[in-house]
Amino acid sequence: MNLFVLLKTVPDTVEELTVAADNVSLDPEWLRFKLSDSDEHALEQALLLKEKHGGTVTVVALDAPEVEEALFQALAKGADRAVKLTGELGEVRSLAAAKLFADFLKSAGAVGGDALILLRSQAIDDLEGEIGPFLADLLGLPYLGVVVAVAPGDGGLAVTKEFAGGMRGEFSLPTGAVLGIQAAEKPPRYVPIAKVRAAMKASTLETVDVTPDQPARFPIEKMYKPESAGRAEMLEGSPEEVANRLVDLLANQSLI
Amino acid sequence: MANGILILAEHLKGEFADITFEMLGAGRKLADARGVPLRVALVGNDVASLAPQLGLADEVLLVSAPALEMPAASTLAALLKGLMEQESAGLVLLGGTNATMGVGSILSARTSLPFVSYGKDAKADGADVLVTSLLFGGKILTDVRLPEGRGIISVSSGSFPADAGRSEKAPPVRNVEVPLEASPVVFRAFIAPPAGDVDITKQDILVALGRGIQTQDNIALGEELAALLGGAVCGSRPVIDQGWLPLTRQVGKSGMTVKPRLYLALGISGAPEHQEGMKDSPMIIAVNTDPGAPIFDVAKYGVVMDLFDLAEPLKAAIEAKKAGA
Repeated sequence: MNLFVLLKTVPDTVEELTVAADNVSLDPEWLRFKLSDSDEHALEQALLLKEKHGGTVTVVALDAPEVEEALFQALAKGADRAVKLTGELGEVRSLAAAKLFADFLKSAGAVGGDALILLRSQAIDDLEGEIGPFLADLLGLPYLGVVVAVAPGDGGLAVTKEFAGGMRGEFSLPTGAVLGIQAAEKPPRYVPIAKVRAAMKASTLETVDVTPDQPARFPIEKMYKPESAGRAEMLEGSPEEVANRLVDLLANQSLI
Repeated sequence: MANGILILAEHLKGEFADITFEMLGAGRKLADARGVPLRVALVGNDVASLAPQLGLADEVLLVSAPALEMPAASTLAALLKGLMEQESAGLVLLGGTNATMGVGSILSARTSLPFVSYGKDAKADGADVLVTSLLFGGKILTDVRLPEGRGIISVSSGSFPADAGRSEKAPPVRNVEVPLEASPVVFRAFIAPPAGDVDITKQDILVALGRGIQTQDNIALGEELAALLGGAVCGSRPVIDQGWLPLTRQVGKSGMTVKPRLYLALGISGAPEHQEGMKDSPMIIAVNTDPGAPIFDVAKYGVVMDLFDLAEPLKAAIEAKKAGA
């Protein structure tokens, strides 16, 4: 299979996020970027498909902080080719990004034959909507999101999607498709840093110049932290003190 | 004036999802404030019997066909675009759910209307609609303006009270014919969650483990606490995706919705997708190292501490209490 995986780094929400002085963006000084969980899973699903059914994996990302590390890490994990789309990007929202990816993917042979495009189902900063369906519509390909399993067969794909309450559904799609991956069939593989360094030495990232032509569809008026309405009562003290307090609370509620 | 409001009702296996009523309540307010009609698109195969529950709508547009049993996102988007044109609707509300994923982006691409994702609130503001989105896993709110109230909003579950969207009154229902766009995405079958494991929706006490548990070996710590408390262990998405707990133990948007008497959340940040599955539990105790973790917004009691520092003293204190100390 000719597999393409779109990657994007997002702010690590384990860190505190601070709104910048302009009140419409995050303060970059405090941001640490990483691949989002579902990006890791999209890559893993592609690598699993390659291992089972043969083929190549091409990873592609728009230039952004920490994105080179993410691309080299993908190469270290088993991707065959890594491409960075560069240029005067500025703020690229979902539709604009989808257009840039669509142009690259068309030129790279990702439409037709046994090409399959995988990407995250949704990112935590997709204010203008998830990219996958935009991309599928631009490329004239079918789309399915919240995907947790993919298997080729019968001249197409058997794809499992999650609903709610543990319920899943099985769908059939032609091989040429865009799949929004929620979780791979196995946990994303770990790659030691030494292997990533080796990939950095042994391989190069291809770069392709692009020019975004789709402005944001609306400006952000204000960005701010949620006011906690029903804030928890915070318990303080040593671990022993807190443990005793908790046990008293549980006993009062007849929970112990 | 193309300013009516259109809601896509969401249902699965003959039952409405709560998000449908959340959107109805919010949409009713918005429609009244703007002086525009509120219509609900009820789309599916053999779904007419569901229509009477949608009493807050000015009108239910029933689109029923065998091909709409489990339609593809592109089919729904094409259908909604047709309805928007026929019914002069300028604002569409969709569920920000797994079931509806993809519809908003495709509809936005085809109508050139803005799509606002992760919608948490929407208010009339003069001629415009002001939308608040909850981004970055529940950590940042963003206000954006839809000029003339035209656009598409996906509404995150749990943003509005579902009860405000229910009504005793029966709405007018109109059968609507729109051409259906075929899709190569074909629904085959539902896969029920695997049976045989503990049913976490029936437990009085749940010890919930999140990313903060760090390794598979540490799951045992949660199991020990659960055993001491007489409950079971469950987890948030990262723990399930790592394969550290089975799918049957997942709490949240894709997993189970639980309401135990005690929900002890260890190392869970509380992203909106997780909160969706547990926020109505009467007694939530959260332990997390990040004082800004959203889990503290739904917890009754919070502890900012490394769960590994607290676990042993907590086990000892429970044992002592049970021994009658």
